[in-house]
Amino acid sequence: MRPRNIGDVILDVKNISLSFGGVKALQNISFDVKEHEVRAIIGPNGAGKSSMLNCINGVYHPQEGEIVYQGEVRRDMDTHHAAESGIGRTFQNLALFKGMSVLDNIMTGRNLKMKTGILAQALHLGPARAEELREREFVEHVIDFLEIQAYRKTPVGRMPYGLQKRVDLGRALAAQPKVLLLDEPMAGMNMEEKQDMCRFVLDINDEFGTTIVLIEHDMGVVMDISDRVVVLDYGRKIGDGTPEVVRNDPEVIKAYLGVGH
Amino acid sequence: MFYRENGQFKSTYREDQQILGIRQDRWFIFGLIAFALLVVPYWGSDYMFRAILIPFLIVSLAAIGLNLLVGYCGQISLGHAAFMAIGAYAAYNIVVHFPGLNFIVVLVLAGLVSALVGILFGLPSLQIKGLYLGVATLAAQFFVDWVFARVKWFTNYSSSGGVSTAPVEMFGWTIDTPMEKYVFILVVVMVFTLMAKNLVRGHIGRSWMAMRDMDVAAEVIGIRPMYAKLTAFAVSAFYAGVAGAMWGFLHLGSWEPAAFSINFSLNLLFMIIIGGMGSILGSFIGAAFIVLLPLALSQALPLLNNLGLKVDTAMASHLEFMIFGALIVFFLIVEPLGIARLWAVAKEKLRLWPFPH
Repeated sequence: MRPRNIGDVILDVKNISLSFGGVKALQNISFDVKEHEVRAIIGPNGAGKSSMLNCINGVYHPQEGEIVYQGEVRRDMDTHHAAESGIGRTFQNLALFKGMSVLDNIMTGRNLKMKTGILAQALHLGPARAEELREREFVEHVIDFLEIQAYRKTPVGRMPYGLQKRVDLGRALAAQPKVLLLDEPMAGMNMEEKQDMCRFVLDINDEFGTTIVLIEHDMGVVMDISDRVVVLDYGRKIGDGTPEVVRNDPEVIKAYLGVGH
Repeated sequence: MFYRENGQFKSTYREDQQILGIRQDRWFIFGLIAFALLVVPYWGSDYMFRAILIPFLIVSLAAIGLNLLVGYCGQISLGHAAFMAIGAYAAYNIVVHFPGLNFIVVLVLAGLVSALVGILFGLPSLQIKGLYLGVATLAAQFFVDWVFARVKWFTNYSSSGGVSTAPVEMFGWTIDTPMEKYVFILVVVMVFTLMAKNLVRGHIGRSWMAMRDMDVAAEVIGIRPMYAKLTAFAVSAFYAGVAGAMWGFLHLGSWEPAAFSINFSLNLLFMIIIGGMGSILGSFIGAAFIVLLPLALSQALPLLNNLGLKVDTAMASHLEFMIFGALIVFFLIVEPLGIARLWAVAKEKLRLWPFPH
């Protein structure tokens, strides 16, 4: 067992409801995330897991409820503000910048920290150059951490899927998030790639103290690495607790395995 | 075999980030610049400056501007000649109202006026994408055409509707021979090319490319779409404005609103499609192609006639359209990243040649 050092609640989701027209994607969802923990969100396809993440970082705007993040209460925020206040995000279907190299993708994740003006950049003046070099150095640490040094200058489109997932993670990490939302980081991976990815997620959690909110379908992974699990089904919350509690919850079993007639 | 980077080790990030990373590339580019600046002015003929080099350079600059917007930021513009027109008329009016102002200042001011209008016409891009944005920029083209044809103030109430300019002067140097114009334009284009390169390798360039490749992901990592798109429109229009001012003052000398028509806009778009979207080099290749092809065809005409094929001048101009059309279709299907991409692939191969790996 890893030593855990879980702090106070950093993100508190209260009674969130989200609908698209007549489709109720989320109904009255509440859960909290504590600092430094690994929190998993599970549920069958279409349960509203990705929508939940999209509400947290401002891509979707829920109609009801509020989200308390680091003491700041809000219904919705814009994505820029979410990113600026330390919410990072990876995507279920790779959303990398296809035309750019691995290095540039991860550098783009660092854009928030780069402030020099357009003229300074055009002329490549001292401050712009110094900033570029400073951030490059940071990004190189991310590249080292994820062990993708050999692919630095490769266009991401040419990389194998598992490594693209790593670049996606690297892009989010580059912004040094406090809370990292991972949307199915291991989807479509083989056993070995999943193990690597688990190791990265746990290392991020241990070394940087990053709080992790994770959507995952592989129950083995979820039960192994998460501290607490939220279970969604058809936009409703049907379970919440430690992996052991959730695993034995009859309602969760029903949602996953169906019920005998 | 000679194009290798063996033994060229980069030990600092600064070395790794330079524009021309490979020594052979640096030699080639410095050689080319030295040739263009020191040899061409003495060796070139007036015809060569007037008909080939000056239009090529100015149009390259406009193509770079359009490429920053379309190729790098992914926002289409079908009316880019409108921004050239704005630059040209802005420069004209600045010179009329403030005679004797240094031409470099005039160019920068003309570019800034164009950039402001660019931001204005870039506003629709915050709401609409792709084809719809294309139509909105088309509106810019027609609106600007109309304004310069109808609002007499812009043409200083000239009776014909056209405007004409005096030779350009700065630092006591009157630029009136084609050779001098060429040298001046060459320096301006070099400076702006370097700035474009710097922009696209800096964080602003990365935020443009991020908007182009995956706008939702870009927003989520904290890039403001409004800032990224509008700066792209502004910088792009700035380049077009400067190019337009030079086109008016140094290439045409006197012009009418029709000089910056929709045809010009479409030609710019063809240049970046053929030359290469998202490539500064591609902008030059495309411009060279569009400027040189008609000349090459008219040169080839007598040869074809000698071979017994009857090709008259009307046919030749039709041939031009046919070749452009075929090339555009070809590149859109086979290599959407244009000749610059083919060149990059060739270079990659050349680095290894004659070995397979």
